[in-house]
Amino acid sequence: MVRFSRIAELVALAEQQQKPVGYIVWQYETERSQRPSQEIWNQMHLNLAVMREAVQSGLASREKSLSGLVGGDAARMKDRLQDGSTLCGSAVYKAAAYALAVSEVNAGMGRIVACPTAGSCGIVPGALLAVGEGLGCDDETLVQALFTTAGIGLVIAENASISGAKGGCQAECGTAAAMAAGAIVEMAGGTPRQVGHALALALKNMLGLVCDPVAGLVEVPCVKRNAFGAVHALVAADMALAGIESVIPADEVIDAMHQIGLVMPKMLRETSEGGLARTPTAVAIEKRLFGKND
Amino acid sequence: MRGVFDIVGPVMIGPSSSHTAGAARLGRMALSILGEPPAEAVIELHGSFAQTYRGHGTDKALVAGLLGLAADDERLRDALNMAAGRLQVTFVTRDLGDVHPNTAALNLTGVSGRKLRVVGASVGGGNIVITEIDGYAVELTGEYYTLITVHRDKPGVIALVTHVLAQEGVNIAFMRVSRQERGAQALMILEADQPIPEHALAAVRHVPAVQTALLVPPV
Repeated sequence: MVRFSRIAELVALAEQQQKPVGYIVWQYETERSQRPSQEIWNQMHLNLAVMREAVQSGLASREKSLSGLVGGDAARMKDRLQDGSTLCGSAVYKAAAYALAVSEVNAGMGRIVACPTAGSCGIVPGALLAVGEGLGCDDETLVQALFTTAGIGLVIAENASISGAKGGCQAECGTAAAMAAGAIVEMAGGTPRQVGHALALALKNMLGLVCDPVAGLVEVPCVKRNAFGAVHALVAADMALAGIESVIPADEVIDAMHQIGLVMPKMLRETSEGGLARTPTAVAIEKRLFGKND
Repeated sequence: MRGVFDIVGPVMIGPSSSHTAGAARLGRMALSILGEPPAEAVIELHGSFAQTYRGHGTDKALVAGLLGLAADDERLRDALNMAAGRLQVTFVTRDLGDVHPNTAALNLTGVSGRKLRVVGASVGGGNIVITEIDGYAVELTGEYYTLITVHRDKPGVIALVTHVLAQEGVNIAFMRVSRQERGAQALMILEADQPIPEHALAAVRHVPAVQTALLVPPV
C-alpha cells in the first residue's frame, strides 16, 4: 500500500521506487479510491483542461467582477507582454499573468479548479502552465505534475490546514505556492529531494500571511496575491534546482505553519475584521457594496 | 486521509468554494431530499452567508442547486433568472444560533405541496454538512450514496433495513439514528460506499414501521 502523511515519507517512496513524486501520488489515489488508475489519470486531465480554459478566458476578458473591484488586469499584463518591455523573464511574467487570469475568472463567477481552494486557484495553473510552455512539456507531464501538487497539498491539509478561516492566507496561497514549487521542480527534471526543498522554500516565505479580504470577497487582495504566489513558486523551484536546500525540513515548515495558524487572531482569518479589510478604503468599499459601515 | 481531487478540485464556478460551490451543493442536496422540484423556497442565511451572500453569488448558487444544477455548471450565475416563473425564492438573513458561520436553512414547498426544512452548512473547500432535516438533527455530507428513512422507533427496524443493504452487497460507511422522543417517529441516515439500487429502496419501504424511505445520491 502506498501510504504517506509527511513530505519525508513521500520523498522516500519516490526515491525507493525511482519514480517521480507525481507517480507515487497517482498510485496512492488509485489504491485509496479503488477506481481504475486510467480513470483517475483522465480525471486529472479534465482538471488540466479546465485550468487551461480559465487562463485563456481570463487573459481575453476585460470584464469586471460583480463588485467591480477586480477584472481586466490579466489582459493588461498580456498587452505588456506583447510589447516586449517586461522586466521579468518570460516564465515568471507569464506565471503571474496566468495566475491573475484564473483568479479573475474565479471572481467573475467563471469555471475554475479549486487548487487547493478557489481563493488560491490561480497559483498552480499559473506556475505549471507558464513553466510547461517554456520547457515544452507535453500534457502527460503536466498531468503528472498536478498529481505532485496534490500530494504536497494532501500532506499540508493533513498536518496543518488549507483553509483561510483556520490558518490565514498562508494556508491557501502559501499551500498553493508550495504545491506549485514542488511540481515544477519535477517538470524541470529535479529529484524528489529537490521537490521537498522547493516546497519548503516557497512555504517558508509565505508563513504568517493573513487572510484579510476586503468586504469578505475573494477579490482584494486575493486575486493579485495569486500572481505573487505563482512567482514565488518559480523562484523557489529555481533555487532548489540550483542545489539550495531549506535548512528547516519541509515537514517542520508545515508544522510551523500549523502553529502560526493556531495563534493567528481570528480577525485575520477570513473574517474581514482586520488587516487590509479594515483600512479606510476597504471600509468605504464595504459600505458602498453592502451598506455597512462597521 | 483525503483524496487527490479534494486538493486539486473540485471543478467549480467561482468565486468561493464555501460560499458558492458549497452553497450550490446545499441547494442540490435539499432538492434531492425534497424529492420533487420546489415551487417555493424561503431561504434563511446566517452568519457569513448573511453578510456576504450577494458578493459571493451565494444566493445564485443556492437557487442553482435547487434547480438541479451542479456546482460546475456555468449557468449558475444566471440561476435567479432561470428560476423566474417556476420557483419563487425569498431570502432572509437570520441568526440561526450557535451554528457554523456558513449556514443556510431552506424552507421548501414542492410542486405537489410537500413541505421540507433542511438546514446545512458549507464547511470549506466545497464540503457541506446537512445538519437538520425537518427538525431532526442529522449529519449528512453528500459524499456518499445515502438512504434516509423515517420510521417508528421500535426494536428491529434498523436490523431489517441494514439487512436489505447487506443482501445487496452495499457497505455502510456511516450511520446515524435520531428520534424526537422514545417510541415516536425516528429518522435514520445511512451513508454507503456503493449505489443503493431502486429495488433495495422498494424492499426498505416494505419494512414494517418504515413510513418514508428515500435515496439521496452524492452531489
